[in-house]
Amino acid sequence: MISFIRSIWTVFLHLFRKKVTVEYPEEKIPLPPRYRGRIILSRDPDGGERCVGCYLCAAACPVDCISLQATEDETGRRYPEFFRINFSRCIFCGYCEEACPTYAIQLIPDVEMCEYDRHNLVYEKENLLIEGEGKYHGYNYYNISGMSIGGKGKGEAYREDEPIDPKSLLP
Amino acid sequence: MSTTLQYILIVVGVLLVVLSLAAGLIWYERRMLGFWQDRYGPNRVGPFGILQPLADVIKIFFKEDWIPPFASKLIFVVAPGIGLFTILMSFSVIPFTSGIVVFNLNVGLLFFLAMSSLGAYSLVLAGWSSNNKYALLGGMRGAAQMITYEVFMGLSLMGVVMLANSFNMKDIVEAQRGMWNVIPQFVGFVVFFTAGVAETHRLPFDIPESESELVAGYHSEYSGMKFGLFFVGEYLGIILISSIITTLFFGGWLGPSFLPGIVWFFLKTAVFITIFVLLRASMPRPRYDQLLGYGWKILLPLALLNIIVTGAIVLLING
Repeated sequence: MISFIRSIWTVFLHLFRKKVTVEYPEEKIPLPPRYRGRIILSRDPDGGERCVGCYLCAAACPVDCISLQATEDETGRRYPEFFRINFSRCIFCGYCEEACPTYAIQLIPDVEMCEYDRHNLVYEKENLLIEGEGKYHGYNYYNISGMSIGGKGKGEAYREDEPIDPKSLLP
Repeated sequence: MSTTLQYILIVVGVLLVVLSLAAGLIWYERRMLGFWQDRYGPNRVGPFGILQPLADVIKIFFKEDWIPPFASKLIFVVAPGIGLFTILMSFSVIPFTSGIVVFNLNVGLLFFLAMSSLGAYSLVLAGWSSNNKYALLGGMRGAAQMITYEVFMGLSLMGVVMLANSFNMKDIVEAQRGMWNVIPQFVGFVVFFTAGVAETHRLPFDIPESESELVAGYHSEYSGMKFGLFFVGEYLGIILISSIITTLFFGGWLGPSFLPGIVWFFLKTAVFITIFVLLRASMPRPRYDQLLGYGWKILLPLALLNIIVTGAIVLLING
């Protein structure tokens, strides 16, 4: 009998406890920085698109929600002609981010992307592309790779040696 | 003419206040349960979520009102009404203040007990006419529980009657001017409170409904506003038992004169309503046989003992 009264009293004291509820629209749960939310396309430090249109993200995607078409500008730099993610299919697994060789595609901690119309969940390149570098700072694919594009010849990349002249006899 | 008008005003006023309080209790209970479970409860509709019952009522009115084809239709439709009717009838004998009482009956207390006994029919008929095994089990349990707890619910009040020398609710309140009945009749109060919880089949004694075993017990087959009637009936039952406790044991409208009597009455009633909700938040449901055993083996002898001791003392003092 005493235990009944004690448990009733304990429950009553919960009236003065801090509530565990997070009142969502007014107050948001802090998401960890590596949270897999909305997908974005980032830019390199010089403002160019990081995506080189290699299709690895589309190949890695288990639900085939990414579609893109690669193209080249006049300097030989590859970029996607269009880049489309259907978020009504996306399962936010993050495989595209893992597959991306240039840190272009990234998942960010943002989950507030509900729509009334399903068609609005199809994001085009202009919706995906952000102005900054996302999670990985200071990385520029074309500065590291040996590929020559307009304004950067062979051997001019970061820590890249001059190309060896195979016709020379000197070692 | 003016007395007739006053009479009609009291009847309509009591009905309106009691029914809207019952609706408000839906919000109050959910809110308090939320607090006791470290949540907020409904706080979105209107200020502090106070319009939640309105939203619930609108929703429940638009629900399909379905009568199962295998049910006994007439009884199925009538059963929820019986419950609500008996409880509303009981409110007619409660003196809210010395002036506001619908029907100042000489045997008011007996009338209340009779009406709450009739309320058992609502459960039994609802469970039986549903033609559903869970509903029938719920109705049977309801009948057994009501009969068991009805016995000493009446007996526990006899001490109060002896002290006041009357069955009239107003006289009982007036007799408590010196001391509230809860002090000389503490055993009676505890027994009556337990019986009251069982009578309204509220947790922890919600054996007839016990949603973890019997789907929803006797009202499994009910939907729409017919279910709503059971729901409102339950909350009306809480208000009824709370106000009866206030009247019989805690001096009704009596209190320090800086507040009017009606406010004292509602404050005291609100405390007991809160205790009802607190019980729901904290107590587990006993087993069916435990409930009946507890009633017959402990509470009934306790109520009888209370009558004997109170009677002896009253005889000693007066004789």
